[in-house]
Amino acid sequence: MDARDTGGAVMADYVNPVGWLVAAAQGLLYVIAAPLFAAWVKRIKARLQNRRGAALMQPWLDLRKLMQKETIVAHTASPVFRAAPYIVFGGTLLAAMVVPLLVVKLPTTAIADVIVLVGFLALARFFLALAGMDVGTAFGGMGASREMLISAMAEPALLMVVFTVAMTAHSTNLSSVIELNLQTGLVLRPSFMFAILGLILVAIAETGRIPIDNPATHLELTMVHEAMILEYSGRHLALMEWAAQLKLMLYAVLLVNVFFPWGMAQSLSPMALLISFVALCVKLGILGGLLAIVETVFTKMRLFRVPLYLNLAFLFATLGLLSHVILETGP
Amino acid sequence: MTSVHWVLVLPAVGIFVLAGIPSLAVAGWLNLLLTFAELLAALALGWQVKQSGVLVLPGFYIDAFNVYLVALTTFVGFTTAVFSRPYMAELVDKGLLSRRRMRLYHAMYQGFLLTMLLALTTNNLGILWVSIEGATLATVLLVSLYRTPEAIEAAWKYFILCGVGIALALFGNVLVYFGAQPVVTHPEDGLTWSLLYPYAEHMNPTVMSMAFVFLLVGYGTKVGLVPMHFWLPDAHSEGPTPVSAVLSGLLLNVALYAVVRLKMLASPAILAADLPDLPGLLMMGFGLLSFSVAVLSLHRQRDIKRLFSYSSIEHMGLMTFAFGMGGPLATFAALLHMLVHSLTKSAIFVTVGHATHIAGTQTLEQIRGLIRVQPGVGWGLLLGVAAIAGFPPFGIFTSEFLVLSATIQHWPWLTGILLVGLGIAFAGLFRQIHPVVYGPAPEGQRPVRANMLPVLIHLLLVLWLGLAIPGFLAGWLNEVTQLLVGEGLL
Amino acid sequence: MNLLHLSLAEQGIFVLAALILLASFFLIAQVRLVAAIHSFAWQGALIAAVTFLVAGVQNTPHLLVSAVLTLLLKAIGIPWILHFLVRKMGLEREMERLQRPALTLLVGTGLVIFSYWAVLPIERLEFGATRNIIAISLAVVLLGLWCMVARHQVIVQVLGFMSMENGLFLAAVASTKGMPLVVELGVAFDVLVAAILFGIFFLQIRENLTTLDADRLNRLSEKEER
Repeated sequence: MDARDTGGAVMADYVNPVGWLVAAAQGLLYVIAAPLFAAWVKRIKARLQNRRGAALMQPWLDLRKLMQKETIVAHTASPVFRAAPYIVFGGTLLAAMVVPLLVVKLPTTAIADVIVLVGFLALARFFLALAGMDVGTAFGGMGASREMLISAMAEPALLMVVFTVAMTAHSTNLSSVIELNLQTGLVLRPSFMFAILGLILVAIAETGRIPIDNPATHLELTMVHEAMILEYSGRHLALMEWAAQLKLMLYAVLLVNVFFPWGMAQSLSPMALLISFVALCVKLGILGGLLAIVETVFTKMRLFRVPLYLNLAFLFATLGLLSHVILETGP
Repeated sequence: MTSVHWVLVLPAVGIFVLAGIPSLAVAGWLNLLLTFAELLAALALGWQVKQSGVLVLPGFYIDAFNVYLVALTTFVGFTTAVFSRPYMAELVDKGLLSRRRMRLYHAMYQGFLLTMLLALTTNNLGILWVSIEGATLATVLLVSLYRTPEAIEAAWKYFILCGVGIALALFGNVLVYFGAQPVVTHPEDGLTWSLLYPYAEHMNPTVMSMAFVFLLVGYGTKVGLVPMHFWLPDAHSEGPTPVSAVLSGLLLNVALYAVVRLKMLASPAILAADLPDLPGLLMMGFGLLSFSVAVLSLHRQRDIKRLFSYSSIEHMGLMTFAFGMGGPLATFAALLHMLVHSLTKSAIFVTVGHATHIAGTQTLEQIRGLIRVQPGVGWGLLLGVAAIAGFPPFGIFTSEFLVLSATIQHWPWLTGILLVGLGIAFAGLFRQIHPVVYGPAPEGQRPVRANMLPVLIHLLLVLWLGLAIPGFLAGWLNEVTQLLVGEGLL
Repeated sequence: MNLLHLSLAEQGIFVLAALILLASFFLIAQVRLVAAIHSFAWQGALIAAVTFLVAGVQNTPHLLVSAVLTLLLKAIGIPWILHFLVRKMGLEREMERLQRPALTLLVGTGLVIFSYWAVLPIERLEFGATRNIIAISLAVVLLGLWCMVARHQVIVQVLGFMSMENGLFLAAVASTKGMPLVVELGVAFDVLVAAILFGIFFLQIRENLTTLDADRLNRLSEKEER
């Protein structure tokens, strides 16, 4: 999968209006499916804890309710505070567009590679942290500083994972990586094993799940994400929550589609798209279940343990890179 | 059963018999008897090899080189057993050791001899490794026999450092086996010396250099080469004196034997590829470093056994250097040095054992005036030190002289370092030992029942070797030299 | 080495080798004593699994013996002995705070890179498919060494020591289909005896020093002699 090959493909994809259409539809699907995925995880978790749990549509209902409510903004808030929800949501959505959901090759995935993805996510996080500090409450600042601590340590690990994968595929473009994996079929790669482990740890940290952060509580001493958006209400809050769900979905899709791409559509025919959709649902369903199990089994760790946890993620990613060099290259 | 088997079966049986005998007196005598029988078997083996040349039996490979060391090992094993019987009995009488530990001591003494002899006679490089590791395992509990915190710490260091070293040597062995695969017909033969050595030139030089580096570092730890030597002074000073004697006199030799054997295997492959003789150069470097560091350390020792263990490091360094230099003269000198050093050093440790009993301490400053308290021990120590420091007419003078001559021939600018080093060592030893022998005897030092016969025999032998090397021995060593470097000296 | 040219079982060997490396890292970083013993046991089990796979792929039945031996000795026997000792000495809750965890792991990573570099000349030789694993096994050996340097708990140091042996075994299995059986039996015997001796030592050290901190084993330093 040389860059040259994809270079040719890029030109073909640019001028394909159907491709753009599908890309837009895929973005829409992200936006729609994200709350559902979050609800699925919540529901499995509830079942594991012997509760009935909320309906799958509940997040949607919550978002609708928030949208309808009045938006209250603190007196001390600057324009950044108002703009942040839109930027955060937009940035996350753009990042999501880079990750192939149903179709391997789309114009959106061709023009942006995985480094752009990391960049969009960083942008969203930056504004989230700014917004947290903007009002000047103690909790917001605390949450922002914690978030930055976590992300400062998670980002190197994420980039290491990216490099590992990129070295195997000789490209930082996600479509190329997925195409390679589809072509070679099942190959047990030590580097990918470590990359998956590293990515899972990073994803858990970045999306604020247990054991790093608990999305279900507002316990002042422990919260990270919730502390930053404490001052938001109404429409703004809805967008912020939506963006968080989108981010979770994004990482989930990244995991299943890059490392287990089987079933993804390589053409735009309806049949291929349908198969791809079903495969995606199954894969995400399984992953969501696993996430729920992890969240049930583990407890949230103290903030001081987080660096150790992220060290581990970095170690995984580094080992992935090393085992690629040591075991998978050579004459 | 041929004599090889007798050499090995006797100590193997000895382990179990001696572990089971409750009576101390009987065990002591039996230990003595067994080592004597081993000596006889070894001499028979030597005779056999002398008659028939290289002996290849299933699992064993005996040529002039290892049979010479087998004879030396059993001889020192025997004389040390002569010394150890009354010496250890006295420790038990004083209540320093329990009877159970004495059973362990006797059993492990034989176990140690077994591993040494197996390492020397085996035809398989893997078994060589196994038995050298076995020697550590057999002696580690002997080093901690007194169960003082110091003894346990010394044994722990010995165990860990030698264990780590020997693990690296195993990695080297794996690499040798790996490199041997394209050369040997049957993959299983990749560690069998008799099948491997004839094809040494055809092995891959890269693999062999790397393997030798690991093997040198690994077995070199056991030889006591600097910087892997830290276990040696501790183990020698804290273990019982007979153990120090056999460690210094035998274990170091056998480890060096392993290094030299593997050099024989690695060098041809590397030289055949027109590369510099890395094994030889490395051995010279490590040897010289050990020599220099040990020589300088002699001056700052306060414990009499530590003093002589540093002297062991010095001499092992010198031998490693000479073996590394190669050439018939240096190799002959190193072989002779191995012999005289073993004899002298075990004699010294035996004497030191008595000296520490007289003074009741190992601290140099508190052992004084031995020659007045007990002239036998005092004279023994004095002559032993004179011999080890390289005084003529003792044998060490001869061998060191030969090493120096070889150095002048091949590496003239290193001669200076060696000469200065020998001078410093000489000064260090005498500065420390002079008051021990001649100074005024403090109160409370009284003669002990000392058995100086082994010391006498050893020192006489060393003297004999210094005055005139008997013809058969010279021929023997010459044969070994021929084996090692392709040409004899004589 | 292009993975695509290898069978699935051979790829599996590579994955297991990588996991063995990971187990070494866990051994270094585990704060809890019992968890460190478990990491070691896992490493032993993984080595046994590699041996099984190699025996199957390269059709060398004598490796099956080694595999079973490894499983019994390294994955079950020695960890059990250590567990027993830990329970006997009441150290189940023993923790050792690592001085600088990030730096310790970084050095470990450096050692992996070093081993790769050191073994590079050998990997260039055309000697068989699984030779890349030699680098991994050297790394496991060096990491065991590093574990002994970086940790102060005596039992963890012994685990490091034993994991060095694991690395050596991996090298033998992966690069040359295992050493001759007689050698492997000898090595296994030595390891077993060493493990028992270590057990005796733990008790002796504890009896005399009332602690298992290697920092306390410092009576025989050269400083004393000045």
